[in-house]
Amino acid sequence: MAEVLERFGRPSRALHWATATAVLTAALTGMILYFGPLTALVGRRHLVKDIHVVAGLAMPVPLILAYAGTWRRDVRANVRSLARWTRADRRWLRTRGREAGDKVGKFNAGQKANAAFVAGMIPIMLVSGSIMRWFEPWPVQYRTGATFVHDWTAIVTWVVVAGHILFAVNDPESLRGMLTGRVARAWARDHHPRWAAELDPEAGADEPDEPEAARVGDAGEHPLR
Amino acid sequence: MATDELTGQPIGRRIVLGMLGLGAAGIVFGDAIQARVERTLRPLTERDPTGLTSFIPTAGRFRIYSVTGSLPERSTADYRLTVDGMVSHPLSLGYEDLLARPQTDLKLDFQCVTGWRVADVPWTGVKLSALLDEAGVTQGATHLRIYSFDGLYTESLTLDQARRDDVIAAHRMQNGPVSREHGGPVRLYVGPMYGYKSLKWLERIEVVDHLDQGYWEDYGYDVDGWVGGSNGRSDEPTS
Repeated sequence: MAEVLERFGRPSRALHWATATAVLTAALTGMILYFGPLTALVGRRHLVKDIHVVAGLAMPVPLILAYAGTWRRDVRANVRSLARWTRADRRWLRTRGREAGDKVGKFNAGQKANAAFVAGMIPIMLVSGSIMRWFEPWPVQYRTGATFVHDWTAIVTWVVVAGHILFAVNDPESLRGMLTGRVARAWARDHHPRWAAELDPEAGADEPDEPEAARVGDAGEHPLR
Repeated sequence: MATDELTGQPIGRRIVLGMLGLGAAGIVFGDAIQARVERTLRPLTERDPTGLTSFIPTAGRFRIYSVTGSLPERSTADYRLTVDGMVSHPLSLGYEDLLARPQTDLKLDFQCVTGWRVADVPWTGVKLSALLDEAGVTQGATHLRIYSFDGLYTESLTLDQARRDDVIAAHRMQNGPVSREHGGPVRLYVGPMYGYKSLKWLERIEVVDHLDQGYWEDYGYDVDGWVGGSNGRSDEPTS
């Protein structure tokens, strides 16, 4: 039995990294436009603003492209897994991972929350940013309102993205999954036991009392939580 | 994965829809919400010695807009302000020369055309009318063309606008010397107009007989930038 599992296909990884590039570019240029000392250090407001606007407009493009061809199967499967929350997911999130760890599927509730936030953040930033950039057709108070929404959403996004990166760096195997598409089976059983079990029906789903349970490496299958 | 799809609730979709609803409400009502938050936080932000509240988007903070590569820098020792063009006695004043002239103190709001406003900013400087009188404006002059030492930013005022009591060459704001970010050592402060009229890094005031519109006007802003009476905005006047 293979010791690695396929976690992310090429289309999903391409989608992730292309979106990440656009979000990080917009976040960094946005910080330069917003944060006085940085603004003063960098200057060149028109250039920074143009880069920021292009990165923002580019943000939804990877997702649109990901659905535009036959490769959409791979992305759609992941989006479905991310969108649905089980009762166990909610319990896992409420207890910050102390409970229901044995019921985590392909994505844990934190990953699901992160994906949902990004999916909501992109249209919000796109619309509010467009009103800021092309303000003429709008009632004037919308420009102030859009700035208000854009600023606060940006601050929350910084926190969420920083958290996302921190979790990835603290769990190199998870990061490897997004880089290479494959993860170690032992890691999957440890962090995403239900998903590992679904990919491996021989192991009898999550029935640990099967005879094969004595195999080497199964010690980590059901971590004590 | 299969299990999630069979038993799960579509919470992801609810989060996204909830965020979109909040975002739309924020765009429509954000103007009013922001004004209320600013009023509430003002006692805090006015007395904040750490400056941390200036990073809160709503808390009456200045935003620094600079159009050139880096912020221009000029020491008070090197600083010169020229008043020339259609005048009988062109002036070239150093920083100390400005300080030696009669000073005007103002305490007025700063309103940006993009929507943010900083309330009750203390300003100190020399009235433009005094400088113009000293230089002796000659017959036929109608406008000022005002230059920044960033080499790019220019502004215009009519002579009547420039002679108002709330139009000064400011060397102090917020109870300290005008910092480099804010356009120091000397900037213009045009009390009744939007922030883009208050040119930063003031270097030269040229008296002319025609309108020569400034930098931001070339980007579509109104030449007569009265707060609440231009650029399609309805803000409360600042002065």
